[in-house]
Amino acid sequence: MSQALLTAKPQYPWKLTPKDLLTDLAGAVFALISTLAIVGFSPLKGKLGFALTLIVMSILTATVISWVRRDRKAAINSSTTVLVYIAASFVIIALASVLYEIIRLGAPGFSLSIFTKDMSQTASDMPLTEGGLLHAVIGTGYLVLFAALFATPIGILTALYIVEVKGRFAGTVRFFVQAMSGVPSIVAGLFIFAFWMIQLGNAYSGLAGCFALTVLMIPTVARTAEEVLKLIPQDLREAGLALGATQWRTVAMVVIPAARSGLITAVILGIARVVGETAPLLLTIGGADAINLNPTSGNMSAFPYYVWKNLLIGSENAVSRAWLGVFVLMILVLIFFALARYFGAAKGSRK
Amino acid sequence: MPKTIPAPRKITTQPRFTDKVFRGVVTSGGLFAGLLLGLIGFFLVFNGFEAMRAAGLSFITGFDWVDAVPEDGQPASYGIGAMLYGTMVTGILAMIMGVPVAVGTALFLSYYAPEWIKKPMVVVVDVMAAIPSIVFGLWGYFVLMPHAEYWAKLIHKYFGFIPFFDMPAPVFTRSPFIAGLVLAIMIIPIVTAVSREVFAQTPLERIQAAYALGATKWTMIKAVVFPYGRGGVIGGAMLGLGRALGETVAVYTVLNLVYDIRIEVLLSAGGNVASMIVNKFGEADPVELQALMGAGFVLFLVTLGVNFLANFIINKTARE
Repeated sequence: MSQALLTAKPQYPWKLTPKDLLTDLAGAVFALISTLAIVGFSPLKGKLGFALTLIVMSILTATVISWVRRDRKAAINSSTTVLVYIAASFVIIALASVLYEIIRLGAPGFSLSIFTKDMSQTASDMPLTEGGLLHAVIGTGYLVLFAALFATPIGILTALYIVEVKGRFAGTVRFFVQAMSGVPSIVAGLFIFAFWMIQLGNAYSGLAGCFALTVLMIPTVARTAEEVLKLIPQDLREAGLALGATQWRTVAMVVIPAARSGLITAVILGIARVVGETAPLLLTIGGADAINLNPTSGNMSAFPYYVWKNLLIGSENAVSRAWLGVFVLMILVLIFFALARYFGAAKGSRK
Repeated sequence: MPKTIPAPRKITTQPRFTDKVFRGVVTSGGLFAGLLLGLIGFFLVFNGFEAMRAAGLSFITGFDWVDAVPEDGQPASYGIGAMLYGTMVTGILAMIMGVPVAVGTALFLSYYAPEWIKKPMVVVVDVMAAIPSIVFGLWGYFVLMPHAEYWAKLIHKYFGFIPFFDMPAPVFTRSPFIAGLVLAIMIIPIVTAVSREVFAQTPLERIQAAYALGATKWTMIKAVVFPYGRGGVIGGAMLGLGRALGETVAVYTVLNLVYDIRIEVLLSAGGNVASMIVNKFGEADPVELQALMGAGFVLFLVTLGVNFLANFIINKTARE
């Protein structure tokens, strides 16, 4: 009784057959070659001409192949797929260009001596071996430190108010904070100028800059902290309350420790948001070429201000200085970015 | 000797003293953050009121920004009409150029990207969001502008018959087109992020239903993802617009401020409220400073309105 065992051969209709792959490859090669041919033999020239022709040719080729292989719907699908890939590659090209140019134009001026000298004895036009940006390092250090000191408590309290206390105005506060994250940075600068300088009669100082940055940092910290607190399971809070803890003990001993790395992420994201802010500083810190160790009085400098000043001077060495400033600023931003991702990832793995 | 049991605690629904303090502190912190927005508006109005009252409606509609010249008896005349118009133009240009790319990128991340490219691509978009505006300003001026100038010349050459692309004078640098291009790149991350968030909420069973009916990827997106996420994409685009309207430093470096209303977007003449504030702030006398505060207040109101609307649309879409 040897009945032939019928085994259905598994089929993978979604996988491309070698023949399909070959056609796709041939299409890609055709698009490239025809683009080269068109750019070579027609008035279209340069990188732009090449890119435009390549886009048109690759859409055309993909469409024709799909149409021949299947139908009109498949052809439309192919052309939109190519368009979506092109959109994504635009983003990559833009970022790659920004980073590449920062390194190309900023890195040559980089040396450790720039962290030991300021610009008090050096004109911007002098070669980059003279002077440095120690004053900007100190200024940005103060600004970020104090802005974080002011914005962290307020931001986290706001998040606690929305998530834990759930007060009567929780919805309103949430909506206002959300809208505040869209306030233009120049408006924050004007606000501090109107309040701190005009109304209270203070002069330019690092502290005024800190206030402006605090205004910009609060929404970022509050919104990120809110997201983090919402992720803490309700069971944890109820366990705390069931053990007889007051709400204060529950929040302080259970919720905040559980959310710690997320809250750190919130603060770092806030710092990354404000460390490169320029416009509010133009109205508040006054700018300086010498080191100022006192954040509460006297003009202060900062990385963005240093870049701005040298950009406006516009001579060759000054522009190189601006790129150098941008280079250092970008390294700083990326460090904060990496830190935020590190703490954010740590939160995910512990859960 | 019987042990003394502690007296039973009084059962009460009243919060303890520590909780009252805790709630008080948290509430005041939260309310302060909420009030801050009102404080910003109040101080800008308070300091700019005099200038706005003096100029009346022409503060919004006037095209002049002239300081008083007492010797000639010429009064000051402050109007931000041209700047406001220019802000709108660059903002809309940024939307036209940036939103399609951002939505395409969001679609790519949600439905097209292979797993191995998805994570790096998310990092790319996040890094882009973290780049300070001064960096975009520098890059836009020194790197993008020479290219964009060439593109503008091409557009003018082939589409010059359209009034927008006409050129009264052959100066292509620092035009609203270039400012819009830089702003488009700057708003891509936020529009992408919001669009991706709504796309991710599209119900899986509807997507699978579309596929089961034989839809291609694009027909599925057209029939399921877009109708479902339309509100989110519009809201995200408006959040981007809000950012673009308030951007200062990057626009200042790549835009030539001219107090005139022009529809030619390729010409080196544009306006921007935020850039004007930075431009005039340095040598402003107290009266002009008041006018600048007024300009800041108008900018504040416009961006706030756009943001309120955007958040309203997004929250509404997210809840549904």
